[in-house]
Amino acid sequence: MIELIDIHKSFGKNYVLRGLNLKINKGESVVVIGGSGSGKSVILKHIIGLLKPDKGTVMIDNSDISKLSEEELNEVRKRFGMLFQSAALFDSMGVWENVGFGLRQHTHMHDEEIKEIAIKKLKMVGLVNVENLMPSELSGGMRKRVGLARAIAMEPEILLYDEPTTGLDPILADAINDLIINMRITLNITSVAITHDMKSAYKIADRIAMLYNGVIVGVGTPDEVRNTSDPVIRQFITGSASGPIKVEGR
Amino acid sequence: MFVKLIEYIGTVARKPIEEIGRIIMLFYSILKLFVRPPFEIKHTIKQMLEIGVKSLPVVLITAVFTGMVLALQSYTGFKRFGAEGLVGSVVALSMTRELGPVLTALIVAGRAGAAMAAELGTMRVTEQIDALETLAINPIKYLIIPRFLASLIMLPALVIVSDIVGILGGYFVTVIILKANVTTYMRMTWDYLETQDIYNGLIKACFFGAALSLVSCYRGFYTEGGAEGVGKATTGAVVLSFMTILISDYFLSAWLFE
Repeated sequence: MIELIDIHKSFGKNYVLRGLNLKINKGESVVVIGGSGSGKSVILKHIIGLLKPDKGTVMIDNSDISKLSEEELNEVRKRFGMLFQSAALFDSMGVWENVGFGLRQHTHMHDEEIKEIAIKKLKMVGLVNVENLMPSELSGGMRKRVGLARAIAMEPEILLYDEPTTGLDPILADAINDLIINMRITLNITSVAITHDMKSAYKIADRIAMLYNGVIVGVGTPDEVRNTSDPVIRQFITGSASGPIKVEGR
Repeated sequence: MFVKLIEYIGTVARKPIEEIGRIIMLFYSILKLFVRPPFEIKHTIKQMLEIGVKSLPVVLITAVFTGMVLALQSYTGFKRFGAEGLVGSVVALSMTRELGPVLTALIVAGRAGAAMAAELGTMRVTEQIDALETLAINPIKYLIIPRFLASLIMLPALVIVSDIVGILGGYFVTVIILKANVTTYMRMTWDYLETQDIYNGLIKACFFGAALSLVSCYRGFYTEGGAEGVGKATTGAVVLSFMTILISDYFLSAWLFE
């Protein structure tokens, strides 16, 4: 179980999280929605320990990860997989080396075994015969899939998705959504995704949480969110420029 | 007025002090992680090729022409008071004690140091460093230590080559072009050159190698912003490396050759 309790985080004068609380149960798929620059990625980075809160606690199965040593934190991180918005593939390595990177670093497997596993994971995300390509030879959608294959290579318990469908065409975006659902069903993974793509949020989420002004202003199932009367959530899901959320520069 | 002055000094001094502190912290992390397995031998060898072998052509050309121009200038200058026999010692001492280590370090800083900052900076802004951390890999151990070690090892190696080639360049100009006496040139080179001169030059090289890689990796690793940030990190790495090399050179010379 993941629990964020009263998280505060600021970067210089930019006060991003102002007492955020969020609980994610084991095996659940939670999607955090919110405007651009609202701090959604900051939430994910707190969950995996890339950022430490200025105040508050990040609990992963009853252990506060902000108090762990680097070695202990790395042990916790081995239970995670993360798909980055830009896929963040290592451009000095080929596709299979990217996918098998974690295995190469943390196991004593031979390259042949790692490559075999990488090919299997790539197949799971719908990619075949790409293992010997370089990341620069891949399209945006393929990069995301390779990123996903890398995230699942170590068979994590928790998968974090940072804007998984951003920058993809609607068909490819839907294919990624299907992959995320598939991952959860076949691997029984807890998922936390952040997005502002409502179509994707409705499709992949068990619960949707809305981030606004540094706090979670509402949490509910996709149906509850669709029918909410909360003006902030309403404005966001309908994509209206007028409402309580002010558009910067207007 | 006085308070404002103190405030102004504080504002101006804060950033460089902060930067020095972060560089020291990075150095401490390197020392701490250096002895801890796994050892990135493959990566270190790759970086040794990048930093050492690929810098070799530029180092060779620079060293040979530096030795040549040094011989030419000292020969014509010394000839005015009949001391042209000393050219051999001037070239040998200048190359081993000063020009070999400093010029090689400046070349490596401009070539490999800039590349380190640009590469790490790009990895930072494209979230590749974050990705390493999410895969439970310490990026300082994986990315910085191989570069640091490679610089530390390859700089002295390049300096040895630079010293030899520089002295040969001086020999070529003095003996072949200016037709000076071979025996005098060789005798003046070997008689006045001590092993300590070569060792001290190599100590300087080790220090420069460590300093330039530390500064360049620091700038790249903590890059902020997009492409503009990478550009600034690269320029900053080269400028800071050059300054560190040239300033520390004086103090090292004063200490080693006193």
